Amino acid sequence: MQSTAQVNTQAAGPVRTRQSSPWRDAWYRLKKQKTALIGLFVIIFFIVVGLLAPVITSQPWDGQNLADKLKPPSAQHWFGTDDLGRDIFTRVIYGARISLWVGFFSVVGSIVIGTSMGLVAGYYGRWVDTIISRLFDIILAFPSILLAIAIVTILGPGLSNALIAIAVINVPTYGRLVRSRVLSIKEEEYVTAAKVLGMSHARILFSHILPNSMAPIIVQGTLGVATAVLEAAALGFLGLGAQAPQPEWGKMIADSRQYITAAYWTVLFPGLAIMLTVLGFNLFGDGLRDALDPKMKQ
Amino acid sequence: MKPLLNISGLKTHFFTAEGVVRSVDGVDIMIGEGETVGLVGESGCGKSVTSLSIMRLVPWPPGKIVEGSIMFQDKDIVCLSEAEMRDIRGNDIAMIFQDPMTSLNPVFTIGDQIVETIRLHMKLNKKKALSRAVDLLKQVGIPRAEQIVNEYPHRLSGGMRQRVVIAMAMACNPKLLIADEPTTALDVTIQAQILDLMRKLKKDNGTSILMITHDLGVVAEMCDRVVVMYGGKVVEEADVNTLFTAPSHPYTKGLLQSIPSIDQEKEWLDSIPGNVPIPSEMPEGCKFAPRCIYAMERCQTEEPTLYEIGNGQKSRCFLVEEGARYDGNTIESKTS
Repeated sequence: MQSTAQVNTQAAGPVRTRQSSPWRDAWYRLKKQKTALIGLFVIIFFIVVGLLAPVITSQPWDGQNLADKLKPPSAQHWFGTDDLGRDIFTRVIYGARISLWVGFFSVVGSIVIGTSMGLVAGYYGRWVDTIISRLFDIILAFPSILLAIAIVTILGPGLSNALIAIAVINVPTYGRLVRSRVLSIKEEEYVTAAKVLGMSHARILFSHILPNSMAPIIVQGTLGVATAVLEAAALGFLGLGAQAPQPEWGKMIADSRQYITAAYWTVLFPGLAIMLTVLGFNLFGDGLRDALDPKMKQ
Repeated sequence: MKPLLNISGLKTHFFTAEGVVRSVDGVDIMIGEGETVGLVGESGCGKSVTSLSIMRLVPWPPGKIVEGSIMFQDKDIVCLSEAEMRDIRGNDIAMIFQDPMTSLNPVFTIGDQIVETIRLHMKLNKKKALSRAVDLLKQVGIPRAEQIVNEYPHRLSGGMRQRVVIAMAMACNPKLLIADEPTTALDVTIQAQILDLMRKLKKDNGTSILMITHDLGVVAEMCDRVVVMYGGKVVEEADVNTLFTAPSHPYTKGLLQSIPSIDQEKEWLDSIPGNVPIPSEMPEGCKFAPRCIYAMERCQTEEPTLYEIGNGQKSRCFLVEEGARYDGNTIESKTS
C-alpha cells in the first residue's frame, strides 16, 4: 500500500487531505485507552532493557562469585545474588532477551503455519478442511503443556526446541481463528466481485481475504506472546527449556526454589519479571482487541 | 444485430440433500452488440443464477451447469477452462452487484482496488494504471478524483461507491456488463443518476448490458429488449415497447398491473396472488398455473413451450397457441 501511496502523490499532484485508514483509526482508538498504553509501555520497557542489557549492567550474566552467594539486595547487587553468587539483576535483564525472543518467534511461527493452514481449510473447504480441522482437534485434545513436554522430549531439551514446541502447540489457536474468519469473508460480496473481475484463487486469498483477517490474528498474537512467555518459563522450570547457565526466568526460579524461605529474592525478581511481561502483553492485547474489533466501533 | 452473447438451452441445477433444484431450466437469451437486455422476475426465479452461469461462478457443489451452451463471441463459456474463464471475467464480461456497501474491499483504498483490476488484465505500470484509475473515476462523475483514489471505501456514500464499482467494472472496456440489481440498494435520486451514468457509458463505449432487475421502472428506462423469467424458465420475451403496451403472458400482465400509476387512486396495489413455488415443489404443467387467473385444465398437466407471436415477441402460454390476442377483454370473455 505504501508504494502506491507514493505513486499517488507523483501522479495526482500533492493534494493530500487528512487520511483515514482502518489502521490509523484503530491507532486513534488505541490511544484513548490508558491500560493498553500502560501495557505497551511495559512491553517497550522490557524490549529496551533486553536490547541495552550490556549498557545497563557491567557484570556478566554468568559471572560466579561463590564468596558472595545468596546475598540479599544491596547497593552493589540490586536484586541480590543467587546460590552461585551471580548477580540476579544482571540475569533478570539478560533474561528479558530470552523470554521475548522465545515469545515473539514462537508466536510468529504459530501464526505463519496456523494462518496458512486456516486459509487453505476455510477457502477450499471439503476434504482439505476436514483433514486440517481434525488435525487441529487432535492437537487441542492434549493438554498443551503435556504436548509441549512430549515434543521437547522427542527433540531434546533446549531453548530452541522449547520454542518449536510452543509454536506447534499454539498452531490450532491461530488456524481455527483464521479459518472462521475466512468462512465468513469468502461469502462477502467484494470476494465475489474479485472473482468476477477475473482474479485467481491465490490472489483472492492473499490480497483480499488475508488482509481482512489480520485484525483478530494481531490481537490473538499479542495475547499469545504472553502465553508463550509463560509456557517458556514453565518448560524452563521443568528443566526442558533453557539450560544452565542461560539466565531464563523460569529456569532461575526452578534453580532457586529450595532457597525460597532463606533467600526470597532469588525467586521474587525473576517471578516479577515474568508477571510484568505477561501483564504488559495482556493489557496491550486487550486494548488492541477493543481498537480493532469492528463491532466495538462507535 | 450481431449477437454478442447467445445462451441456448441453459440448465443450471443444484444438487441438494432434498433433491435436484432446477434453478435455471432451459433458458435462451440473446444479447446483441450494444444492446441492453432486461432480465426480469421475482426473487428465486433464476435470474441471478443465470448471471452467475454466464460468469461460470455457480458454486460447485451443489450447483452445476448441466446442459446448454453460452456462446460469447465465438467461444462457448460452458466449455472453457478455468484459466481461459479468468481471462474473460473482468476483461470481456464485467459484473456489478446490488450492494455497493459490501462490494468494495474495506482494507484497501479505492485507487489500489481499481489499479489492481486494471493491472490484472492490462499491461500497464503502476503509474499509468493509477492515472487510468483517476480517468475512470472522472468518467463516472466522481468529483476530486485525484483525492478520492487515496480514500478508503467507508469514507464514501452509497452512490459514490456504486460509481466506483462501475468504474472498476468498466476498467478494461468490457464488451458485456452484467448489472445485478445495480440500483436496488440506492435511494431514488441516486438511482436516476446511476442509470444515467450507465446509459452514458453504454453510449460512449458500445457496451452491451444485461440488466437484472425486478424494477420494471428501470427496465422501461434502460432496456431495448426484456426477458421475463418465472420458475427457472423464460415466460416472455419482447422488445420494451411491446412488453409494456401488449404483454402476452399472464405473469407479465400481473407484474405490470402491480405497478402503481400516478393517475390511479387505489387503496390497495394489485398483486399476483400466491408465491413463487419452492423449487423442489414445482408444479407439473405450467409453472405459473397455480397463480394464474386464466389457468385452464390443460395448464395443470401440460407445459407450454415458448410460442412465437411475431415482431420478436415470445410467450410461454397456451392462450397464445390458441390464437387469443391478449387484451383484458378477450381473456375475460374466454374465461367467463
